[in-house]
Amino acid sequence: MQNKHPEKLLDEKGLRVDGRRLDQLRPVRLEVGTLDKANGSAYIEQGKNKILAAVYGPREAHPKHIALPDRAVIRCRYHMAPFSVDERKSPAPSRRELELSKVIRESLEPTVLTDLYPRTTIDLFVEILQSDGGSRCAGITAASLALADAGIPMRELVAACAVGKVQGQLALDLSDIEDKQGEADLPVAYMPNSNLVTLLQMDGILTLPEFEKGLNMAIEACKTLHTMQREALKNKYSQIREVAEEKEEPEVIA
Amino acid sequence: MSATPQLPPVAKLEQKTVVDLIAKGNRIDERGHDSYRPITIQTGVIEKANGSAQIFLGKTRVLVGIKVETGEPFPDTPEEGVLTVNAELVPLAHPSFEPGPPDENAIELARVIDRGIRESKAIDLKALCLQKGKKVQVVYVDVYVLDHDGNLIDAGSMAALAALANAKIGKYEIKGDEVIVKPDRRPLPINNYPVSVTFGKVDRNIIVDPSLEEEQVMNARLTVTIEKSGSICAMQKGGLSGFTTEELRKIVHIAVERAAENRAKILAAAKI
Repeated sequence: MQNKHPEKLLDEKGLRVDGRRLDQLRPVRLEVGTLDKANGSAYIEQGKNKILAAVYGPREAHPKHIALPDRAVIRCRYHMAPFSVDERKSPAPSRRELELSKVIRESLEPTVLTDLYPRTTIDLFVEILQSDGGSRCAGITAASLALADAGIPMRELVAACAVGKVQGQLALDLSDIEDKQGEADLPVAYMPNSNLVTLLQMDGILTLPEFEKGLNMAIEACKTLHTMQREALKNKYSQIREVAEEKEEPEVIA
Repeated sequence: MSATPQLPPVAKLEQKTVVDLIAKGNRIDERGHDSYRPITIQTGVIEKANGSAQIFLGKTRVLVGIKVETGEPFPDTPEEGVLTVNAELVPLAHPSFEPGPPDENAIELARVIDRGIRESKAIDLKALCLQKGKKVQVVYVDVYVLDHDGNLIDAGSMAALAALANAKIGKYEIKGDEVIVKPDRRPLPINNYPVSVTFGKVDRNIIVDPSLEEEQVMNARLTVTIEKSGSICAMQKGGLSGFTTEELRKIVHIAVERAAENRAKILAAAKI
């Protein structure tokens, strides 16, 4: 637990509390297919964020009346573990978590070809094991990978990243301390090939030029994350191929 | 869990009419793409509330009541009063509204209105501190949707602002551990006037202030809240699609213009 509040969020060289430049992402680690039972899953570490995402479905809708005749229903739950933040969070869903569940669902629905699976549900679970600012964005990045891992037809992967304002300067991918003391937060989810912004929220104060610049910074970061997502997916499937090839070898000898 | 909403069965023909009219540059109620429905605001409609306002935005009708009580501050802001926004989608307003605890739509509505007021620092919360760390004034903003014909976010946030501007609070005196309320009423300290502007995307067209008929055919929604100096203080995207970067650039500029016009209407109604 860290409760130190540094006086300044930027040093003389313009570097941030964790030594990053203003336009630099935190270290990101992505893992695809980490869970055994889920149809698709992914794990992301971004700074101190540790987030698991899992997809179940398409599966039969329960209760049946929630099913839609022309497409799949996507259900989403964003949830924070009680130990994920400094002070224990009650496991009951807060208003914030209910809102985030909604905006995360709406950030991913544009990419899923839901009309291929009428009368089913696709359930999406985003579990924040440790939160370090920007957890909704990291959650979206992971959830989109979990959807792909589940083999659900999608237009493309969705990546998300936030831009904030610290000491009057726009800064990419705010950490927890920067988020709490910063002057603005602009989380963005983006589909690079379709040029669609599918999540956009803002709090704090931004002028119009700041908004435009911040949006561009976030979109560039989403493009970087998008490349990392593709690498992570390829990684998993190339590993499967290696295992398969190893198994095949004895047969060739025989 | 948040699930894909089940839209009420709108006749396909009606859907097509709404979409086609927008594609031709018109709208079902003959407005332009960038214009609002007529706005009427009444303030002071509930005498027992500290402040109140009722808005008619076309056929959408929202009532906001403000109640101010004494309570405890949050531990991380011991010198600030507390702002609480709640929204009720009252069952008499629409056939799809049901009694019970607020659903995700009501929570989103309340949180978007709250974000505008909080982030623009519209209420001077420091002036609501009675005894540091112990007693502060708590401002309850209750948004009551009475008739739902679309764009509840703008109707709710405009009514909330008018109600806050209309609110009068008692004078408080601290004697030992007791808080004495004197009937001498003063206005709630207001520093900023955030106004939200909500856009809908129907096919590739962007419209302002979507009515319910338009909400049922639109792919995505975006709310931009503008504070008095013309900066953005809150945003929220909703709906099952997204916006291109070009659309977003256009939207924020329209938002600034419409917000200024609507702010003038609210201030006139609240007699400021």
